[in-house]
Amino acid sequence: MAFQILLNFFLAFIWMFLSNDYSTLAFFKGYFFGGLIIFALRRFFAHRFYLLNVIAVIKLFFIFCSELVKANIAVLKVILSPKLTMRPGIFALETELEKDWEITILANLITLTPGTLVLEVSEDNKILYIHAMDIDDVEQARLDIKNSFEKAIKEVSR
Amino acid sequence: MIEISKFIVGFLILLGALFSLVAAIGVVRLPDTYTRNHAASKSSTLGVLSILLGLFMYYLLIDHHANARVLLGIVFVFITSPVAGHLIMRAAYNMGVPLWHKSVRDDLKTARKAKKRR
Repeated sequence: MAFQILLNFFLAFIWMFLSNDYSTLAFFKGYFFGGLIIFALRRFFAHRFYLLNVIAVIKLFFIFCSELVKANIAVLKVILSPKLTMRPGIFALETELEKDWEITILANLITLTPGTLVLEVSEDNKILYIHAMDIDDVEQARLDIKNSFEKAIKEVSR
Repeated sequence: MIEISKFIVGFLILLGALFSLVAAIGVVRLPDTYTRNHAASKSSTLGVLSILLGLFMYYLLIDHHANARVLLGIVFVFITSPVAGHLIMRAAYNMGVPLWHKSVRDDLKTARKAKKRR
């Protein structure tokens, strides 16, 4: 992916040299046409066309934001309810992610989701121990994490 | 135009202040370290974020000046606060701080016990 971005920059500079115009506009024009060329020649690269990864990163960012807002509303409800009826607990979650940075991002996302906070990552990077504010909906939380976050992170690293 | 932007700025800053207040109430009210940490690490993050966002909007809409340092501050808080929450939780757990007596489940304890037995 990094290679494709670098190549796109390189093509943009070649465009600037060819048109003998060293302005920002020329750079963006060259970047656009270079992107088209890379898209046309995408089957010669080992990885897929890099704009898809960029879109996946943007999606992940929006998931981050929306989860942060939802988490805050959930915490607000718990704090301001007249009685403390929650049942906290720690549960284990097995993850399929392997690389360190993926697990870091997953842990940060879980920390920002409603009612969960990562306590520890096991030594073999396979299990996350999560403290939940309300253990009743653990299965639901598990499914949410599996379906939305892991999928989004995998989409980025593919 | 100025009125609308003032409204947005005021709304964001008041919202941030409200979230910070709720976080403070949560730290006083919740029963144990772990649940307190929930309140502190989530609500105060969003509180600080929306106050900073309101500040950025103020500079942008009323002074017509994009202050990139405020944006950087938002990014740094966004990245570092969940990590800080995680580290405090982990340190508390390893020090042996007890869970609340109404806690129902502790998978980490069982996992550690199983490891010791081996």
